[in-house]
Amino acid sequence: MNIYVLMKRTFDTEEKIAISGGKINEEGAEFIINPYDEYAIEEAIQVRDANGGEVTVISVGNEEAEKQLRTALAMGADKAVLINTEDDLEEGDQYTTAKIIGEYLKDKEVDLILAGNVAIDGGSGQVGPRVADALDIPYVTTITNLEINGTNVTVTRDVEGDSEVIETSLPLLVTAQQGLNEPRYPSLPGIMKAKKKPLEELELDDLDLDEDDVEAKTKTIEIYLPPQKEAGRVLEGELANQVKELVQLLHSEAKVV
Amino acid sequence: MGRKVLVLGEVRDGSLRNVSFEAVAAAKTVAEGGEVVGVILGESVSALGAELIQSGADRVVVVESDKLAQYTTDGYSQALMAVINEEDPEGLVLGHTALGKDLAPKIASKLNSGLISDATAVEEAGGNLVFTRPIYSGKAFEKKIVTDGLVFATVRPNNIAPLEKDESRSGDVSTLSVDIKDLRTVIKEVVRKATEGVDLSEAKVVVAGGRGVKSEEGFEPLKELANVLGGAVGASRGACDAEYCDYSLQIGQTGKVVTPDLYIACGISGAIQHLAGMSNSKVIVAINKDPEANIFKVADYGIVGDLFEVVPMLTEEFKKLKVHS
Repeated sequence: MNIYVLMKRTFDTEEKIAISGGKINEEGAEFIINPYDEYAIEEAIQVRDANGGEVTVISVGNEEAEKQLRTALAMGADKAVLINTEDDLEEGDQYTTAKIIGEYLKDKEVDLILAGNVAIDGGSGQVGPRVADALDIPYVTTITNLEINGTNVTVTRDVEGDSEVIETSLPLLVTAQQGLNEPRYPSLPGIMKAKKKPLEELELDDLDLDEDDVEAKTKTIEIYLPPQKEAGRVLEGELANQVKELVQLLHSEAKVV
Repeated sequence: MGRKVLVLGEVRDGSLRNVSFEAVAAAKTVAEGGEVVGVILGESVSALGAELIQSGADRVVVVESDKLAQYTTDGYSQALMAVINEEDPEGLVLGHTALGKDLAPKIASKLNSGLISDATAVEEAGGNLVFTRPIYSGKAFEKKIVTDGLVFATVRPNNIAPLEKDESRSGDVSTLSVDIKDLRTVIKEVVRKATEGVDLSEAKVVVAGGRGVKSEEGFEPLKELANVLGGAVGASRGACDAEYCDYSLQIGQTGKVVTPDLYIACGISGAIQHLAGMSNSKVIVAINKDPEANIFKVADYGIVGDLFEVVPMLTEEFKKLKVHS
């Protein structure tokens, strides 16, 4: 089976966000594999172990993403591809990324593509479905279970808390929701092996794309932090009175109930 | 002047969802005086057209088919694309719901257009339509504009005020016949396990529990409080990891981002990842035994105490309030 995973390098969830020069300040920040993409990588490895084949992890970004791709290889992926846009693109959007990945995958034999359902930085959740549409294959988003039997696939999809059991078939793209699996930590032998696994680096040129083909359709004009919340009032006195006071405050002062 | 904007009226359990009225308000802004055309897809939904018009749409196009009784990506994208091809709009607005998140990127791909997902506001400023959206799960915000082609956005529930309903408004509700075929995904079963009736992302009140809830049964008093307030129950990652509740309830950087009018955090310490998912709520109440808990730093009101004492007392007080008002 030819399995592909779409991966994004993101800020660690522990990081506080600061802005300098109108941009998110990346200096000194820790970066990780987008947590939802981690589920996708884990699932891809499990599917390969059960069905045979090969897992290729793809990332669009700059050379810094090599570190996260190596981590994916250490987890057990077989190959990694970095499409490095640093020299060609100043700004892209989801259209840009999906176009690039679609172009890379269009001549490949694809059985299954996995991606996170959303990246915790940009939070758009567009790239997976856009890629599936570009390749004209079906997709199921926010999945919590995946079973493959030959080319028949049964997936469970999280829909705002309810679950749908969906039948479909390969080739297919799915996006991972929390609960799909428990991603493994790379083992020491895994980390050693990962150093020798292939990590291919491509640029737009290698995909016969130029800047104009992937030019963003949207543009960020400002980034700002939400106003700092001031610490509120911690009530005092008898617990029963505190509760009464709180209900009054919510009713009369905050007017939310 | 102005642009024609399509807006999807999302149907759930036979009614239009609140977010659709908010989407109509957003579509009005995007239209800048142009026509706002509602679109309703489903099995037997044309009767809902009038309500969408009362909420601000100028007219409504309905596509009805037994193949649209349940949402599937292929079915809904075929139906919506048929309407788009017929109407040739310059703007398109959907709710950022499970349906909108699944459908919008496919439509954007088909139209080779941009898409601004999860917008919390839209305004006209300096000759541009400027959308505001949270990034880093609400730790920051960005303002975005469309630079090429269709103005296409999904709007986050609970953020854009709907227009006041005007029952005297009337408009044309027409039907477009679409031959829906080749559905590549088939829904075999739907398991309902979400909180009774109130959807977490649209709830005006959220009562959330953390590790301090201690067990699955520990969520019972929270559910009672949520019921009295007509709200939904949520949870921190800690509570989900400890298997006190389902991951579908998780609020935070991984999990749902909610912006209710009132967020009551019970036994939640307030890790940065959790705060990302709820700190933009209008009013936050924290109940925690530990006076040093981080959650008090973002709370508008706090009670230091045992949630198993405080929450049932709160439920009783709110009940009294409801009787009096």
